[in-house]
Amino acid sequence: MVKTQTYTLNMGPQHPSTHGVLQVVLELDGERVVKAVPHMGYLHRGIEKLAESRTYTQFIPYTDRLDYVSSMGNNLGYCQTVEKLMGISVPERAEYLRVIMTELNRIASHLLFMSSLAIDLGATTGMMYGFRDREYVLDLFNMVCGARLTYNYIRIGGVIEDIPPEFLPATEKFLADFPAMLTEYHNLLTGNEILYHRLKNTAVIDAKQAFEIGLTGPCLRASGIDYDIRKIEPYGVYDRFDFNVPLGQNGDNWDRYMVRMDEMVESAKIITQAIAQLPDGPVMAKVPKILKPPAGDVYHRIENPRGELGYYIVSDGTTKPYRTHVRRPSFINLQALGEVCKGILIADVVAVLATLDPLMGEVDC
Amino acid sequence: MEMKNLPIGEQPEDEFIKKNIILTSIDTVLNWARSNSLWPLSSGLACCSMEMMAAAAARFDISRFGYEVFRPSPRQADLLIVAGTLTWKMAGPLKRLYEQMPEPKYVIAMGSCANSGGPFADSYSVVPGVDLILPVDVYIPGCPPRPEALIQGMLELKRKIQNPAVGRRERHE
Amino acid sequence: MSSQLLSNEAISSLQAQFPGAVSMIGEGSQQALLIDADGLLAIMGVLKNDAAYQFNMLSNLTAVDYLDYFELVYHLYSLPLGHTVTIKTRCQAETPRVSSVMGIWPSADFQEREVYDLLGVNFTGHLDLRRILMPDDFMEYPLRKGYKLPAPGERRS
Repeated sequence: MVKTQTYTLNMGPQHPSTHGVLQVVLELDGERVVKAVPHMGYLHRGIEKLAESRTYTQFIPYTDRLDYVSSMGNNLGYCQTVEKLMGISVPERAEYLRVIMTELNRIASHLLFMSSLAIDLGATTGMMYGFRDREYVLDLFNMVCGARLTYNYIRIGGVIEDIPPEFLPATEKFLADFPAMLTEYHNLLTGNEILYHRLKNTAVIDAKQAFEIGLTGPCLRASGIDYDIRKIEPYGVYDRFDFNVPLGQNGDNWDRYMVRMDEMVESAKIITQAIAQLPDGPVMAKVPKILKPPAGDVYHRIENPRGELGYYIVSDGTTKPYRTHVRRPSFINLQALGEVCKGILIADVVAVLATLDPLMGEVDC
Repeated sequence: MEMKNLPIGEQPEDEFIKKNIILTSIDTVLNWARSNSLWPLSSGLACCSMEMMAAAAARFDISRFGYEVFRPSPRQADLLIVAGTLTWKMAGPLKRLYEQMPEPKYVIAMGSCANSGGPFADSYSVVPGVDLILPVDVYIPGCPPRPEALIQGMLELKRKIQNPAVGRRERHE
Repeated sequence: MSSQLLSNEAISSLQAQFPGAVSMIGEGSQQALLIDADGLLAIMGVLKNDAAYQFNMLSNLTAVDYLDYFELVYHLYSLPLGHTVTIKTRCQAETPRVSSVMGIWPSADFQEREVYDLLGVNFTGHLDLRRILMPDDFMEYPLRKGYKLPAPGERRS
């Protein structure tokens, strides 16, 4: 009688396919995974503790560095939380600019997702295409705030500066070229038989399991649950736009991939509508130079490209917060890794990590 | 590559020889070869790794310098680009990665977190500067530095490798 | 269609169901229900399963160190009914100990481990309570108010 034994394989923290410094300890029976345990904390920078020694405005650049691929969204969530605490109302033009920036950032983030998925599965060219087109979006951001990755553009009370005159024509040109880019990706990746067979029906999370394990964002929508905070609890001016929320059916890797591809189309729709409705006016509310919110606590959440991003701020009436907690979507989404990896092939673990799309800056905070 | 002087009295007279044969020292050749094809280790830690990936992508293209071959394994790499914040938890694995790289090896500290801890310098879990752990050859400031800055840093490293007298570094414990 | 705060009628009926254990604090968006730590599991179970509340989603779980006591904060959302509520409970600061809600919402797993790691709150009933962000041999709890950050330039190994 042949007796087999499982063996332990360490993946990370330095690994080309873990999205940053994530360590996954896999217990394998041949090529099937028996258990997958993620170990995080290799990028834990103590941002929540640092928040207690920074003023509210000084903390905004730290929010950039949480989910560094969608910095505009992080800025937005934090600023809206402080505005909710202080009762500040943001001018209309600033609200629309915030929407344009956040949705452009969603497109950039999903393009990065697509590039990492392609290169993790071995299609290096896919990464080049995605990064080439992401550069157009980063050029737009560079035009607006001077930075490519960590913007610090959305501030408490509005946005720091109005857009330069060349921004809107450049954005419209990008949006006009965008459908052709998407067609190219669909031809290269979605229509690719190898990618299809690697992603279809692998690592299925059904709707009930996905909801209970705490997934949010595109991973949850891929399992068929309609949960998008832009529709459920609209923040800013999101209730004025007409857009769909793409859903998947099976909750496999393929659905997680397609949901994000379709979300890019919806984001382009929102930006077009926002540019059409953009009013004139100031871009910053009258906010005191030294911010001292009233004592109390508040929780606010937004839909970031990776899921539900929430900020919980406790203020004691001074210039520095008493406690700031960030509800990070990638951190909670990683709970699903252990569940979904049971029984899959080791090559699919890489695909799962790519489609769950964790970002270690956000996981570790 | 320059024509080194031969011992007195033995300069080549032939024009053909002068144009087609280059005389130099082995060190110079080796340094030229190493500096023109650095193989970085794919060791991005945080946000700076996004700019490192952008530098490797089509627009900024470090391939034109010969540096695009990111190796996953430290045994095959000779350049460690520390891109991002280093925490004490990650310091052990990073030191081990450095020790696994064969000589000659070089380290670039990319971004202000790797240079000196950056905005997280006073945090309880962040190493204030990767040079507490590794000997650094080139520091690239920025938060994050643009891909062009990374390219300039790598070109500085290239100059440093080709002129070893410039950067004699002490043994690091 | 935007989500609403839990209605006053629902709060009153919850208070009637658990007399003395539920009190309302704060106003408007800062409104929260302060719950007795002993009755936490029972009340959370009702909030999840009862047809009037149906809070099937634990949006956020965190804790704050108020020096004399630790306050645990839970933000719940109901997907079918579309209402939200903030639940708070307190425990003493010396050896903070609270029941784990992992059995009710499995998504509390990593969040409770994070609170344990950074603040030192012990969650009874959690299946795998160990450090998640700090190294395993780290002895202290960094987010507590007593833990001071090093001065600029000072190094800590």
